[in-house]
Amino acid sequence: MKTGIGAKVPRKEDARHLNGTAQFVGDIKMSHLWEAAYVRSPLAHAKIKSITKPEGFEDRVFSMADMVGLGPIAAQSTLPTYNQSNHWPLAKDKVRFVGECIVMCVAPTRAEAEDLAEAVIVDLEPLPVHVTVDTALAPNAEKLHDEWENNLFLTTQFDTDLTEIRKTAAVVVEREYSTARQCMAPMEGKGALAYWDGKADQLVIYTSTQVPHLIRTGLAECMGLDQGEVRVIAPDVGGGFGYKCVLQPEELTVGWAAKHLGRPIRWTEDRREHLTAGANTREHKYKMTAYADDTGRLLGVDADIWVDVGAYSVWPFTACLEAAQAGGNLPGPYDLGAYACRTYSVATNKPGFTPYRGVARPGVCFAMELTIDAIARAVGRDPLDVRRLNLVPGSKMPYTNITGKFYDTGDYPEAARQAAEMIDAKSFAKRKAEAASTGRHLGIGFSSFTEQSAHGTKVFASWGLALVPGYEQAMVKLAPTGSVEVKSGNQTTGQGLETTIAQVASDWLSLDISSIKVTMGDTGMTPYSTGAYASRGMVMAGGAVSKASEELARRIRVLGAHLLQCKAEETELKDGAVFRGAASVSLKQIAQAWYLRPDLLPDNIETTGMEVTEGYKPTIDTGVFTYATHAAVVEVDIETGKVDILDYVIFEDCGTRVNPLILDGQSYGGAAQGIGTALFEEVIYDSAGQPLTSTLADYILPGPAELPSFRLGHSESPSPYSRHGIKGVGEGAAIAPSGALVNAINDALTPFGAEINSIPATPHRILQAIFDARDAREMLEAAE
Amino acid sequence: MKPVPFSHNIADTLQLASKALNTDGSKIIAGGQSIGPMLNLRLVRPTTLIGVTRLEELQKIHIIGDTLSIGAAVTHARIEDGIDGVDLPPMMRHVARSIAYRAVRNKGTLGGSLAHADPAADWVTTMTALDAQLVIRDARGKSRREPMASFMRGAYRTGLQQDECITAVEMPVAMGQALWGYDKICRKVGEFADAIGAIVIHPDLKYARVVVGATEDAPLLLPDMAREIARTATAPSLGDIDSTLATYLPGASRVKRQLLKTALSRAIAKVIPS
Ligand SMILES: Cc1cc2nc3c(=O)[nH]c(=O)nc-3n(C[C@H](O)[C@H](O)[C@H](O)COP(=O)(O)OP(=O)(O)OC[C@H]3O[C@@H](n4cnc5c(N)ncnc54)[C@H](O)[C@@H]3O)c2cc1C
Repeated sequence: MKTGIGAKVPRKEDARHLNGTAQFVGDIKMSHLWEAAYVRSPLAHAKIKSITKPEGFEDRVFSMADMVGLGPIAAQSTLPTYNQSNHWPLAKDKVRFVGECIVMCVAPTRAEAEDLAEAVIVDLEPLPVHVTVDTALAPNAEKLHDEWENNLFLTTQFDTDLTEIRKTAAVVVEREYSTARQCMAPMEGKGALAYWDGKADQLVIYTSTQVPHLIRTGLAECMGLDQGEVRVIAPDVGGGFGYKCVLQPEELTVGWAAKHLGRPIRWTEDRREHLTAGANTREHKYKMTAYADDTGRLLGVDADIWVDVGAYSVWPFTACLEAAQAGGNLPGPYDLGAYACRTYSVATNKPGFTPYRGVARPGVCFAMELTIDAIARAVGRDPLDVRRLNLVPGSKMPYTNITGKFYDTGDYPEAARQAAEMIDAKSFAKRKAEAASTGRHLGIGFSSFTEQSAHGTKVFASWGLALVPGYEQAMVKLAPTGSVEVKSGNQTTGQGLETTIAQVASDWLSLDISSIKVTMGDTGMTPYSTGAYASRGMVMAGGAVSKASEELARRIRVLGAHLLQCKAEETELKDGAVFRGAASVSLKQIAQAWYLRPDLLPDNIETTGMEVTEGYKPTIDTGVFTYATHAAVVEVDIETGKVDILDYVIFEDCGTRVNPLILDGQSYGGAAQGIGTALFEEVIYDSAGQPLTSTLADYILPGPAELPSFRLGHSESPSPYSRHGIKGVGEGAAIAPSGALVNAINDALTPFGAEINSIPATPHRILQAIFDARDAREMLEAAE
Repeated sequence: MKPVPFSHNIADTLQLASKALNTDGSKIIAGGQSIGPMLNLRLVRPTTLIGVTRLEELQKIHIIGDTLSIGAAVTHARIEDGIDGVDLPPMMRHVARSIAYRAVRNKGTLGGSLAHADPAADWVTTMTALDAQLVIRDARGKSRREPMASFMRGAYRTGLQQDECITAVEMPVAMGQALWGYDKICRKVGEFADAIGAIVIHPDLKYARVVVGATEDAPLLLPDMAREIARTATAPSLGDIDSTLATYLPGASRVKRQLLKTALSRAIAKVIPS
């Protein structure tokens, strides 16, 4: 089929986005709709002494005490040492980060709601603040959660014996790395609109979410409602990235207010709210020791990883998913014989950590890739060679790594070789020398990773989550007009799933995707799915649509065979019709026979109908692994610390490419976000826990002019464990840029003896590193 | 992020605008590109906003004698395009192009930028380098002139009184022939500067100015350095620039000084290639 799997078709969703006719939460019009604004905590840690509402507006201003029946967000975990937090949707007794909701105000317009919010008086008594994991872990540190023993959500440990390696390794590389706290900054912020539907006797909530069915469960639980009393609709969503895969306090309070006020209530997150209360991801700290032989062959890695997870554990993914992923993924695509790692999920006075595109892997990939380059420098070899020496080779596939990850297919060193070829690594030394002769400083860097995608039931269960994904379901229906309807409880947030799952159905049903209508994200209309995260959409929803379409195709052929007066086995479904030899009946004729003229069909016809719901998961739960190598050439202006990306290539393999155009788009977008992580984005706090980057003038996102023209290369190693050999690819490109770019920067800085180990690699950090190296050199010279 | 309630008054004449301005709590809005965010953050809480971009006097670009006069409400985009029939100094057109993005330049105005007095903004440094005079009118209709070099008192502080409005910016027409260098260091395209270096030299007018911008204060004039460059036609060494900056800006961090030093030396290099 020309719009089937593998077709480069433009996206179905583009027209409405380009015409401005898409419908986001903020676009919805409804009579009697009121808007909400929140009084948010101005302090990072404080006791709430009193709340005084403006006189005469008590019926529009709500504190937690007013919201009777609403419970806290309390993400559970089955891991034994886990400390649970209660995140009340409006703070009760205590506030734990700047931006935490304390009071909700509603009014006909947002401006009036903000006027009310300003008139509320909240009396706070400040408490000591933890802005770093170090102070939070100090002895006798002030506790965020009084009932805990310390400020640790969880510690984990992985340990294979390193004693022997420590004794014998020729090369030992020790480093400390850190990654900044970030905001995910989707174009559309969060938003939710709720009303009570009297006829359905149901709370209906439109919310900008990746996981409508999960939110339904969470809302029902916290609001004390039956699932049947809640319908969640995700309308158009302008970017999710993980930010919208957790239950948010505002969803709960908007729901409560709509139910109790009997009118629609909406909250639309503004940029300032996002950059403060939504500053919730990426912050890691590493202490790493790597052992290698004198060729640069890795022997073992020993690491401590601290994740600054903020004040609360998010539902359902908890504050601990990040550290679990970090500890499990640090070895990455490398063939590693020994590994020890301790992780600490530390509570601080910041917003609760939420998994962001790539989940932990942008951090661990950065740490591992810098370590590989450091080893290469220590043994005096080309980092590319050391990388290729250590990557799991194709000949070892499938391969179970040291942390038990099962790499299904691929050839990792080959991807590195291809990336090197694309960027012409061979001639780089010459280019570098030429540039140096005119005072320009170039560097080259590589970064390799695997992207575990669509990891399933057992993996999530092992991370202790109380809510674990299982079989993904999808419904596929032949409509009376001969067109097809696909319904999936997954959600598209801009990643093109509406098109790609239509392509899967197109393949089975031999219809153009323009005749395939996809509905997603409405719990009232779609079968259950845990939603869009963990690069699972294409594998899981695609697989479920494939299975349902296959069955529908079979049923269509049975009906077609009746009409053609032959056996189903004698027929073929192609070009939108069922054929027996040259004779055919179109899908439309078949649909009409079933729905409108059943008198044409025999009495003993199969009665299952033209509507199929199927459940699906891959034949393994451990996920299917996409992999790639990124390579970059940069120029560092050593007088300003500015980094110019001169060339950037990605060689990736995600198994079967369902839509090469969309795949490229995912790579561009992911790499752009990764460049933000590498060079620009950083939430800065002062010592009192005040975020200083509360506007986009201070929180710097890369723009088009800061991004290179990415060049992409592909190979295809389909997975034998998923339908059509598909692997997930949504997160991957965001993982590698920090490794590739900072390795390139460090290559350029070698002549100055400077090294960057913290991201973002801002001009300030780069200049400071050059100064520090110069000072150290001068001190040494002075001493001599 | 919504402003406090205010009334919006779009003045038809300068007289009416000035009169409206003479009440407490009223404030001018020009392109709204700086005051807009401040309103939304409720950092400014006016009772009345007086729009001035429709006032003809503030829109004019013209030459009177040997003085070039640019209306305060002329947008960055008009300066960038330079299609008003009056030649603008090439330095101005160059600088305009590096301010923000076109969408902001279509709205933002020269007068608004100077009145806002953000130390990191481009016009405050450029106009200091070009020795511009601000024409300022009060509620009674009286105009005064103040040189840019003294108008900005510090970060976001100027010599404007509550009832005053900038109507135009003036400079000698001859500035169009000056030698100039301008270097802006910023994190990304369209961003405010982390450092600015500017130099303007006009041998016939015996004019030489060296200015450092984005210092977190009003633009810094370096008259001795300017005189020396004009006299010797050689660029100061990086070490000289560094020690001059260290003297004038003792509070600046090493990184900040490095950026200012680089911006200034690169600006000078455009006039005196090494
Ligand atoms: C995304 C973005 C990026 C930007 N980047 C840059 C940059 O790189 N470089 C740069 O220089 N600027 C930058 N700016 C600022 C921009 O140049 C603004 O246009 C400028 O600072 C203010 O001009 P305005 O006409 O918008 O003034 P407004 O915002 O309308 O007003 C600003 C202030 O000036 C007062 N005011 C306005 N006109 C007058 C007048 N005639 N007389 C007296 N007072 C007056 C107002 O009362 C107000 O206090 C940026 C702005 C944005 C939004």
